Amino acid sequence: MEKNYWKIFWNGIIPGNPVFVLLLGMCATLGTTSSAMNGLMMGIATAAVLVCSNVVVSLMKNLIPDKVRIPAYIVIIATFVSVLQLAISAWMPALNASLGIFIPLIVVNCILLGRAEAFAGKNGVFASFLDGLGVGVGFIFALTLLGAVREFLGVGSLFGGKIFPEDYGALLFVLAPGAFIALGYLIAIVNKIRR
Amino acid sequence: MLAYLSIILTAIFINNIVLAQFLGVCPFLGVSKKTSSALGMGAAVTFVMTLATVVAWILQMYVLNPLELQFLQTIVFILVIAFLVQLLEIVIKKIAPALYQALGVFLPLITTNCAVLGVAILVIQKDFNLIESVIYGFATAVGFTLALWIFAGIREQLEHTETPKGMRGIPLALVCAGILAMAFMGFSGIKIG
Repeated sequence: MEKNYWKIFWNGIIPGNPVFVLLLGMCATLGTTSSAMNGLMMGIATAAVLVCSNVVVSLMKNLIPDKVRIPAYIVIIATFVSVLQLAISAWMPALNASLGIFIPLIVVNCILLGRAEAFAGKNGVFASFLDGLGVGVGFIFALTLLGAVREFLGVGSLFGGKIFPEDYGALLFVLAPGAFIALGYLIAIVNKIRR
Repeated sequence: MLAYLSIILTAIFINNIVLAQFLGVCPFLGVSKKTSSALGMGAAVTFVMTLATVVAWILQMYVLNPLELQFLQTIVFILVIAFLVQLLEIVIKKIAPALYQALGVFLPLITTNCAVLGVAILVIQKDFNLIESVIYGFATAVGFTLALWIFAGIREQLEHTETPKGMRGIPLALVCAGILAMAFMGFSGIKIG
């Protein structure tokens, strides 16, 4: 039994990583990873909503009629996103400014609805909690990695700490095109490792 | 008049919704294997985005703001979009079966297209009036369609190209999208008005 729980948790991190393997949640992935810190923060915000929505969906799975389950899931997710949005704008205004519109857009992140539909709506509370946590950690890992690569190549620093002078960085990687290119190569590398 | 032209050109070229703002990347990667389906998706998004922007703007100005319920924005907007998509599907099916045949598959996908919700929220953040909002919503959708159509054309060509095994499929598509975004960056120096 214990091994099974570990498997649920682990599945979201590497074998079913939401970004590198399932290619979900691309907008947030590309839009918020201009630095490692931004990527990490966005990952944590999304993971927090995912864990909460997974638990609540799992708790309410017997109360929600099958025909209206998708709208019900969306309302549950939107509620947690609104709570998070208010909390961030109250306590972390700087973060709110740098992530901007991508915080309310967590609602339409396909990962959340995907997990609610594929896992939390069919499984127990603890298993859903672990599933949310695993996928959340996988998302944090992916965003932080992409953010770190872009920040390192773009301005020569990592989490704000200088590694080489900014003049030698390829600024392109902090801008829009670099996001697509860096993610493309990261997915290719992950594909290579998995084979 | 110049202000409207500026909104249109900015939304289509200078600040393209997919290639510069990263909204709507999921359908951009998902529905870009064939140019014909790219155009179908583009048309459906244009339809929904323009309508959703207008409805969301009216709700914000005449319901949420007077009642000071701004914190419900996210929930209300996503429900409005989901409702609108369902309604459109039913109406189009009844009135224009031919159009339904063409757009039908793409309509349900639009609910989770973050570009639609994104534009509805952006319009409020930018303090646009109703006419500006309509123009912005429509022009953004045209920009989305343009990016999707060009990208689908590139991917059709890629199918016939000899490429390294590890890069095949999504990785190469993303690199191409990056190069396309670079091309669109060329517009960023343009100033209108």
